[in-house]
Amino acid sequence: MSTVKIPPVLRQAVGGERTVEVTGETVGEVLTNLCDQHPAVGSQILTPDGELHKYVNVYVNDEDARLLQWTDTPVGEGDTLMILPAMAGGER
Amino acid sequence: MSPSYQDLLATAREVIPEVEPSEVAPRVEAGDGPLIIDVRETAEWDQGHLPGAVHIPRGFLESRVAGATSGTDQELLISCASGQRSLLAAKTLADMGYTNVTNLAGGFARWKQNNYPVEVPRILSPAQRSRYSRHVLIPEVGEEGQLKLLDSKALLIGAGGLGSPAAYYLAAAGVGTIGLVDDDEVDESNLQRQIIHTTERVGMNKGESAKEAIRALNPEVQVNVHPFRVNRDNVLDLLEEYDVVVDGADNFPTRYLLADASLMTRTPLVHASILRFEGHASVFNPYDGPCYRCLFPEPPPPDLAPSCGEAGVLGVLCGVMGNVQATEAIKVLLGIGDTLSGRLLIYDALGMTFTELKVRRDPDCPSCGPNADLQLRDYEAWCAGVGSHDHVGATA
Repeated sequence: MSTVKIPPVLRQAVGGERTVEVTGETVGEVLTNLCDQHPAVGSQILTPDGELHKYVNVYVNDEDARLLQWTDTPVGEGDTLMILPAMAGGER
Repeated sequence: MSPSYQDLLATAREVIPEVEPSEVAPRVEAGDGPLIIDVRETAEWDQGHLPGAVHIPRGFLESRVAGATSGTDQELLISCASGQRSLLAAKTLADMGYTNVTNLAGGFARWKQNNYPVEVPRILSPAQRSRYSRHVLIPEVGEEGQLKLLDSKALLIGAGGLGSPAAYYLAAAGVGTIGLVDDDEVDESNLQRQIIHTTERVGMNKGESAKEAIRALNPEVQVNVHPFRVNRDNVLDLLEEYDVVVDGADNFPTRYLLADASLMTRTPLVHASILRFEGHASVFNPYDGPCYRCLFPEPPPPDLAPSCGEAGVLGVLCGVMGNVQATEAIKVLLGIGDTLSGRLLIYDALGMTFTELKVRRDPDCPSCGPNADLQLRDYEAWCAGVGSHDHVGATA
């Protein structure tokens, strides 16, 4: 079970929660399970082919998952995944 | 019987070796001399001192010496006007455990008589010294750092939520020139967070409004109002004029434009973005650490990236993040501390947590990578076009 931190723009898709506990042995499994549980998340971060959009960064603890083993990165109890799209604001 | 002044000097002479200017001058010139601590009063220091010396007036010696030295075994040469105050100062340092302390024989007067090089410091005026006294007291800033800030130029993109606190504090800090790029006018709905503006100035250009506030706070600061939107025709000329750019933009095309322009002009970029209760901040030093596109290669589509105008923002969040930017800008300008380069700071005001993520330079970065073909593009069109089709080759 890993903790997934949900960015503000996706919180509505998970019922307003800031973190969600999700099962899975790897980053890929956790994200798949998250999107299964909350399909509205999937429609935002996945392409129609089920691949992760390039504008979505995923961090395992403080490290970019792409620089680890990407979706094969093992995760477990106590690990935190953060889904991180860029934010635009600013407020002129 | 209590020891007289002469007795104290004699006692000090027994334990503190004296060094003639002729012995130490070649080492000072070669740059491998001891750390020179000048213990004279400020007015004397201002008339000139040994090159590279640090100034700690005698009265502050005990309290400040640790901040100026690397350890009690560092080689120190203490100087004053004639070599007597410095002798007693050196004795005090020896009593404090400093093991390698010498005294400059004949002091600054003998040094100068022998025509060894002298540095005359550029100094703060009495009014400046008073205004910035809390900075001058910090060893990492000091008078030299304050002079550097007064010579510095910071460009702020946006005089809004982030730009308001950033401009205010940079002005208070004495950053000599502040440029404000904003084509927008102050609206009543801005005042919940854009604290540099006032109810009276609703309708005024935000740069002009901020200029009035800054003039009232610190009339010494030169404010350049740029009442237009930054675009690819003006961005390079604009950035060339400044030492650091503080990004408080409200949209992705401007952010990616600034990211590329900061690389092209080698201008450090202090980034922050905000939404609701959450803020991001980082520093992007051109070609020395990651750039914005190493972190976010592409912008998300509009429904994943609402503006604060659409999704809202806690007013005070702007204060926290804008001041993180001001802090980082000051550090960049002074060259002190560890900036957020290579790190993304995420502030969650609801949970009151600060999280740090590592940001690495992307060897394939389309902006700063070795094979990048960096040129300014139509960022509006690019931001509207990406995200809908590009993806990485991995399935989640």
